[in-house]
Amino acid sequence: MKYKIFTILALFFILTAKSFALVSVDITRGNLDPLPTAISDFYLDSKLGDNIKKLQLESKIPELIQNNLSRSGLFFALEKKSFIQRPEPAHNKPRFEDWAFIKTQVLVTGKISLEKEGRLRVEFKLWDVVSATELSALAFYTTPDNWRRVSHMISDKIYERLTGEKGYFDSRIIFVSETGPKVDRKKRLAIMDQDGYGVKYLTLGNELVLTPRFSPASQHVTYMSYFKNLPRVYLLNIETGIQDLVGDFPGMTFAPRFSPDGKKIIMSFAQEGNSDIYTMDIKTRVVEKLTDNPSIDTSPSYSPDGSYITFNSDRSGFQQIYTMKSDGTNVKRISFGEGLYGTPVWSPRGDLIAFTKLYRNKFYIGVMRSDGSGERLLTENYYQEAPSWAPNGRVLVFYRETPSDSSGRGGGAKLWSIDLTGYNERLIQTPTDASDPSWSGLLSRK
Amino acid sequence: MLSNNLSKVVLALVMTLFLGACATQQATTKGDDAYTGTETVKFLADGVPDRVFFSTNKSELTSAATTTLGKQATYLKANSTLNVVLEGHADERGTREYNLALGERRATAAKNYLISNGVAANRIKVISYGKEKPANPASNVLAWSQNRRTVTVKTN
Repeated sequence: MKYKIFTILALFFILTAKSFALVSVDITRGNLDPLPTAISDFYLDSKLGDNIKKLQLESKIPELIQNNLSRSGLFFALEKKSFIQRPEPAHNKPRFEDWAFIKTQVLVTGKISLEKEGRLRVEFKLWDVVSATELSALAFYTTPDNWRRVSHMISDKIYERLTGEKGYFDSRIIFVSETGPKVDRKKRLAIMDQDGYGVKYLTLGNELVLTPRFSPASQHVTYMSYFKNLPRVYLLNIETGIQDLVGDFPGMTFAPRFSPDGKKIIMSFAQEGNSDIYTMDIKTRVVEKLTDNPSIDTSPSYSPDGSYITFNSDRSGFQQIYTMKSDGTNVKRISFGEGLYGTPVWSPRGDLIAFTKLYRNKFYIGVMRSDGSGERLLTENYYQEAPSWAPNGRVLVFYRETPSDSSGRGGGAKLWSIDLTGYNERLIQTPTDASDPSWSGLLSRK
Repeated sequence: MLSNNLSKVVLALVMTLFLGACATQQATTKGDDAYTGTETVKFLADGVPDRVFFSTNKSELTSAATTTLGKQATYLKANSTLNVVLEGHADERGTREYNLALGERRATAAKNYLISNGVAANRIKVISYGKEKPANPASNVLAWSQNRRTVTVKTN
């Protein structure tokens, strides 16, 4: 009896103290205090046939949402077995005391029902348990086999409502799959959902392929291939599988990326020991030379508005990061710290440039402002490089290599992600070794 | 007492020598750390090594490299129907794209030396593999030095 009174008092206190505070997540600081979140099983409309029921979407969809939110590091998912209220009443009218009792601040519920022609209607609701209010509700219509996309879209909606930032779950990563011994490595282009699910291989591994990057609309990929032993930049349509050589250069082209409008490819062309930066208009095939310096100029990346380019050059004697206007004028060195700097890539938000740094035989992934100020190193390791931004500019994916032993065995490459804050470093599971990741934009554009 | 002092002096001397050796070692690995051994080296013909080695991040030819390329030039001039491709490589301690450019610069340095020693330019092609094809797959200083190389390969 004493215990019960205490609980009630405690609940009363929580409710009165916080009832006007909308739950939200501050993602600008290192997240050491993830938001307690309960993701209820969805409930199935009784009219659904057995063919749908056996898919168990009522638990699979919430599980996938939970995986996404947990991996973001911003949410702490409570265990399902602690939930008191059943999915159907929870979705229709949650008993907030029951949810507050298990110390969740946020509740996600959902309902799956049948639409015309075998399509499903997947509805979710997001509840603020603390202030006992509904925060958002939305329904998606889909074929049953597309339930993962819908789960990612729901995850994005929840993330957006609680953080005030765009989500990044409905997106994909293209990378290079690596197999075989180091002296004879087989490399294939591969694509997967951002959570590592559904890996598909886009090339057979007959020739060396490197550095794939998505077009802004995520339908094309530009990459480098040693097809016919001629290292050149290619353009691949992911849907049709059609590949095109980019330009007609009498030597190696490499380090390709798209312009933010998707109309040009920017890359390096090496000739007579000198690499400079060029663009080629995909439609008109017009080529423009942007840098003209006897040094190595490579790894170019556009600012999101297309008006600037960042790249690395060893014109100072060592590899450093530069910016210039997109017509090649106004070249400015921006990295001045100790060590070497490479692979600059502009954040989709425009404010930061992520990079790889080599200092005292260690490799770092870091970020700096586009004027070079505010350098922050996020992670240190034996070898890592090639950061690529999540569509919301809050998370970076990169690859990390482990050293091989004196007989050349044991080394390997894996994909990792880390928050802009330097917290929440995570391995992204891939079936094979993996390198050169590139994150797509959001697949569902509003 | 005397012997104790003497042993201290000997120890100090040994320490000095040891530290001196360390300092020299460090000096060589910083500026000039091109491989000078013969492991991994193959031969285009008797007495004509197939590869030259470079210091970290450098593409300048060392005196050992010009000696080797001189022999290659003599051999190629004596065998005028032979064509070659110069394969430029980097070690694994650099970013992939920069290393592609570095490999191309190293292969071109070797190519220009061959041309300046009388080999026709149209007999030489270059290709860079960056860090993609190590000769020694180990992750140590020796392997990296063996991988910073340009290899001359006959194409016919």
